Amino acid sequence: MSALSERPAEPVVGRAVPHESAALHVTGQALYTDDLVGRTKDVLHAWPVQVMHAHARVTALRTEPAHAVPGVVRVLTAADVPGVNDAGVKHDEPLFPDEVMFYGHAVCWVLGETIEAARLGAEAVQVEVEPLPALVTVREAIAAGSFQGGQPRLERGDVEAGLAGAAHVFSGELEFAGQEHFYLETHCSLAHVDENGQVFVQSSTQHPSETQEIVAHVLGLTNSQVTVQCLRMGGGFGGKEMQPHGFAAIAALGATLTGRPVRLRLNRSQDMTMSGKRHGFAARWRVGFDESGRLQALDATLTSDGGWSLDLSEPVLARALCHVDNAYWIPNVRVNGRIAKTNKTSQTAFRGFGGPQGMLVIEDVLGRCAPLLGLDAAELRRRNFYTAGRTTPYGQPVRHPERLATIWQELLETSDVAGRQREIEEFNATHPHRKRGLAVTPVKFGISFNLTAFNQGGALVHVYKDGSVLINHGGTEMGQGLHTKMLQVAATTLGVPLSRVRLAPTRTDKVPNTSATAASSGADLNGAAIKNACEQIRERLAQVAAERLGISPADVRFAHGSVHGIAFASDRLTWEEVVTAAYFQRVQLWAAGFYRTEGLHWDSSRMQGEPFKYFAYGAAAAEVEVDGFTGAYRTRRVDIVHDVGDSLSPLVDLGQIEGGFVQGAGWLTLEDLRWEEREGPHHGRLATQAASTYKLPSFSEMPEEFNVRLLRNATEEGVVYGSKAVGEPPLMLAFSVREALRQAAAAFGPPGLSVDLASPATPEAVYWAVEQARRSTEHGHVDEGAPGVLPDQPGPDAPPMVPFSERAQQLMTRT
Amino acid sequence: MQSPAVTVNGRSIPLDGTTPHTTALDWLRTQGLVGCKEGCAEGECGACSVLVARPGRTTPTRWTALNACLVPVAALAGQELVTAEGLGTPDALHPVQREMAERGGSQCGYCTPGFVCSMAAEYYRADRAPAAASDGHGGGGPDHLHGPNGFDLHALSGNLCRCTGYRPIRDAAFALGAPEDDDLLAARRSQPPPEVPATRVAADGAEFVRPSGLAEALTLLAERPEALLVAGCTDWGVDVNLRGQRAPLVVAIDQLPELRGFAVTDSAVEIGAALSLSEVEERLAGRLPLLDQVFPQFASRLIRNGATIGGNLGTGSPIGDTTPALLALEATVVLASLDGQREVELADYFTGYRRSVRRADEVIRAVRVPLPPAGLAAFHKVAKRRFDDISSVAIAFALDVRGGVVRRARIGLGGVAATPVRARATEEALTDRPWDADTVREAAAVLAGEGTPLDDHRSSAAYRSAMLGQALHRLFAENPTPSEVGA
Repeated sequence: MSALSERPAEPVVGRAVPHESAALHVTGQALYTDDLVGRTKDVLHAWPVQVMHAHARVTALRTEPAHAVPGVVRVLTAADVPGVNDAGVKHDEPLFPDEVMFYGHAVCWVLGETIEAARLGAEAVQVEVEPLPALVTVREAIAAGSFQGGQPRLERGDVEAGLAGAAHVFSGELEFAGQEHFYLETHCSLAHVDENGQVFVQSSTQHPSETQEIVAHVLGLTNSQVTVQCLRMGGGFGGKEMQPHGFAAIAALGATLTGRPVRLRLNRSQDMTMSGKRHGFAARWRVGFDESGRLQALDATLTSDGGWSLDLSEPVLARALCHVDNAYWIPNVRVNGRIAKTNKTSQTAFRGFGGPQGMLVIEDVLGRCAPLLGLDAAELRRRNFYTAGRTTPYGQPVRHPERLATIWQELLETSDVAGRQREIEEFNATHPHRKRGLAVTPVKFGISFNLTAFNQGGALVHVYKDGSVLINHGGTEMGQGLHTKMLQVAATTLGVPLSRVRLAPTRTDKVPNTSATAASSGADLNGAAIKNACEQIRERLAQVAAERLGISPADVRFAHGSVHGIAFASDRLTWEEVVTAAYFQRVQLWAAGFYRTEGLHWDSSRMQGEPFKYFAYGAAAAEVEVDGFTGAYRTRRVDIVHDVGDSLSPLVDLGQIEGGFVQGAGWLTLEDLRWEEREGPHHGRLATQAASTYKLPSFSEMPEEFNVRLLRNATEEGVVYGSKAVGEPPLMLAFSVREALRQAAAAFGPPGLSVDLASPATPEAVYWAVEQARRSTEHGHVDEGAPGVLPDQPGPDAPPMVPFSERAQQLMTRT
Repeated sequence: MQSPAVTVNGRSIPLDGTTPHTTALDWLRTQGLVGCKEGCAEGECGACSVLVARPGRTTPTRWTALNACLVPVAALAGQELVTAEGLGTPDALHPVQREMAERGGSQCGYCTPGFVCSMAAEYYRADRAPAAASDGHGGGGPDHLHGPNGFDLHALSGNLCRCTGYRPIRDAAFALGAPEDDDLLAARRSQPPPEVPATRVAADGAEFVRPSGLAEALTLLAERPEALLVAGCTDWGVDVNLRGQRAPLVVAIDQLPELRGFAVTDSAVEIGAALSLSEVEERLAGRLPLLDQVFPQFASRLIRNGATIGGNLGTGSPIGDTTPALLALEATVVLASLDGQREVELADYFTGYRRSVRRADEVIRAVRVPLPPAGLAAFHKVAKRRFDDISSVAIAFALDVRGGVVRRARIGLGGVAATPVRARATEEALTDRPWDADTVREAAAVLAGEGTPLDDHRSSAAYRSAMLGQALHRLFAENPTPSEVGA
């Protein structure tokens, strides 16, 4: 076993402890960025001037009327930017645009003594525009050929031959919606200027280092002149990976120009109308199966709805392509991807980062084709699982595929799927107006940033003279329990009680050049970096202790705040004694830790390589009941078996699995982003821009019975204390709910009917599926045989993917 | 008039420097009580939930959870609030806080103080008792919505969590015991809440006035036609927060004693317009089974604690879920002005989208519902989410079926026209017809054609129409024979 995954006896990791801030959360004492405003003097408040056109050129911007509003201090415009007028890393996101690219795009910002003054000031700003034609839907963009960024192709084998040789060939289309993050805490930044022009920004950001970079380039400063801190976030889910930068830059710009602290906090409707969301996709596919239902070939084209700028759309698309296989071996694959450019918010990272979208395509294909093949959908899925020795379409060997089979079997047995299927058949036979469905779906999700360079982590660990420990690392806390795990890692490595270790907020001047807390990688990267730092200190302390104990440093053990030799009868020193002795011997009591994930490589232009350290596996069985009168449904029971390796913190991991599942179910069944698609004055307006119209899961969507099991004996080699990442994979377990709804809807019709189901599967969507089944005259929209639906193939001029690192490499070779 | 102040966590804090539009949420945060969070600013997420001492039925005071984002702080003058900070501290957690913390009920923690307050309100509900006894909501023993400790999860229907998936929060709620003997907030229930004083707050060219009685309120309305009436502020608060609306004069009528009556005679029940929906539910105590079906589906407990039945009519929403039910119950509206009182059929009350026959100098004093109600009552709400959503369509049925024949039919519809409407053609198609499949099929086709449904973000017009027709099929499927029709 590697040193990284090996656990000492009685480790602090693996214990079910509450979230490190739980007591602060429940008493209202945990501080979020906006809670600092009352503790800060002379704060100015920022308010956006949003232009309500989907696409328009700004022909005049008159800010003088705003200055006439009492309490207005300044209006920030493009002319104020000393550095680069851009909020992103692709130079396609002007911070102060002269072209309105989506309904609600902010063209300038007003600073006021009060939020009310800033709001009224923004109302007073006069913006004249010349409306331009707008593309709001992905269909319109495809028809107009409006794309942006690279158009990757992932290919293996010979798709045409695979299809030609298949016993069954089906084709179809699927269009599915995105998702609003709806972190409970909206975007917020609070900036002020220290002495000598040093800028300090407190920001609700998952990526402090990139927020720092963007603030610096907007202000024309070096990174060293800007510090970004994130106390904690009230939820992130990917929505604060890239989106906070521009808001932080506005606040920082305002602070540098006025010399006063500036707070920028979006209210909910601003947040929903201005910030990016999960990408919706349109997909066309052809698929071939052999006689027994084994996948022979998949030809698909996935078009994501990128919105007005690239943001993270390219890596999201890459991950979508890399997950179109989910858990299934497909010998011949050709998947093309492209990013539609539409007049909407710039869609961005969201838990799963394209993975869920890619996997939804194949799960939809299997759910629709199973009846046509005369197979039970769960059996069709199982039959196509990866087995030992297979590789993914991008060439990575699938390690531990036996875990899929183990998980599947354990799930079927512990949740009595067979027995309940029989009960459901009886129920459905005796209930004309209510039908139940039970579906089982698997998850295989690649862990690591696709882009190799991001797979590094840093930490700073201090041991003070009194033996107390302060840790700092590059990851941010958004509720996922990262800090809890990091405290447990540090306590385990140093052999001190958990109470001895404290964690300080994430800051770019403590640990620089960090990656986003994203891709589920926070614990893997930062945990290994903390462990590395703690080991450096422990090794130094072992020298000190060894001398005192008269033993070899290699035989010194640290546990429960005591330091002793390996012999049962060894003398024992207290941790504090050893620390004090070390100090007086002038031994360094702090250390910087670093980690890089080994063995990764990725060629994004060819879409080949081994981008992932490992795969996370899981499976879920969901049972639903659908009301035939309305399409309304309940989730009666959900069972999950999921692989988190050896859990670092079981209560945290359980929370991630349950929470991810419910969030995924929200995306697939309830959450309904609607843009005004009709031409007219509101063309392109987000119609569901508030909690009253965009409904998140509430208690009524929680599975009535919810059982989660962690896969046992699941040590992951080469990962910190044998654990696995857990942030994203469970979200995709929610496909089980969608497929169960499909099956319940189908039960209103004759057996063996293929039923279409829109996504999200709202009660209305389910009702139409029920109606299709009840008419019972035709299958859903799946074509059998050739020619069927033909996925678009890219033309010869399709641009390749050019990811960040390759751009950076070009920069490096140029300079 | 004494200078207004609010008691928060046992400390009286003057309302100096507030404006008529300052929400309780913003005010609390400026007092340093930042545990009160803004998640949506429209009463949907509950991150701003606080406890307010309000009159109770089983005890003089009931700790009532409200959305602080919707209520102007001026409307809370003279009242007692408790926030998450006031319930406990990290070193001395309140039982609700302890269960939430230990069971993983918080992840990002942002919604948590609000959950804690809503949960504490249910924890202190005086008639909360282990479910085996009674839960007051559909009876029965513990299930996924009712804990063995009598905890009704509907108490948390106005709180959203984006992280946990709710299971640990449910476990925390269902693990709660009864308050200890030395629990000060439990003891506080045995004393009445403070008298709500007349209040005036003026700033920025706007006024908030809480008159001392109906006469004063009516005089004010007669003199100042620009006055905006508010009660629970669950609509007005949204307009203030998200639409930037401001009013020169806001008049709060939710505590006027003349609007808080409740009287039952043999022929009618009269419900004071300023009773909150939670209070109406409690006082009706099952007398109007149709409304009992409405309440759990009407917004959330947090909203029902503030929103009044008169306010729900007063805003004139085309959807407002009590209205279709009250239409089916043939309710009347009692309007009061300096000229006296008049009583208007609810069916004649609405004149257009958010317009009614109420004059600017009138207030809705009460709602009257004739007794006894029809024997077959049902309320079908069609929405995306089962808890706390706005109806795509709402259908209320009140049918008298005797001897297998529909003697009388009243059907109220929401969400299918500019105002809530009666489905008169369907009523006619049912009346004096046998309650059987043929009648239902024909009448359902009529019902599907009622109103003028629109396509919008909630649903398509086609779905709305389909739901109208399906509602009657469902009613028949669930109540096939008159003998099964309960009185």
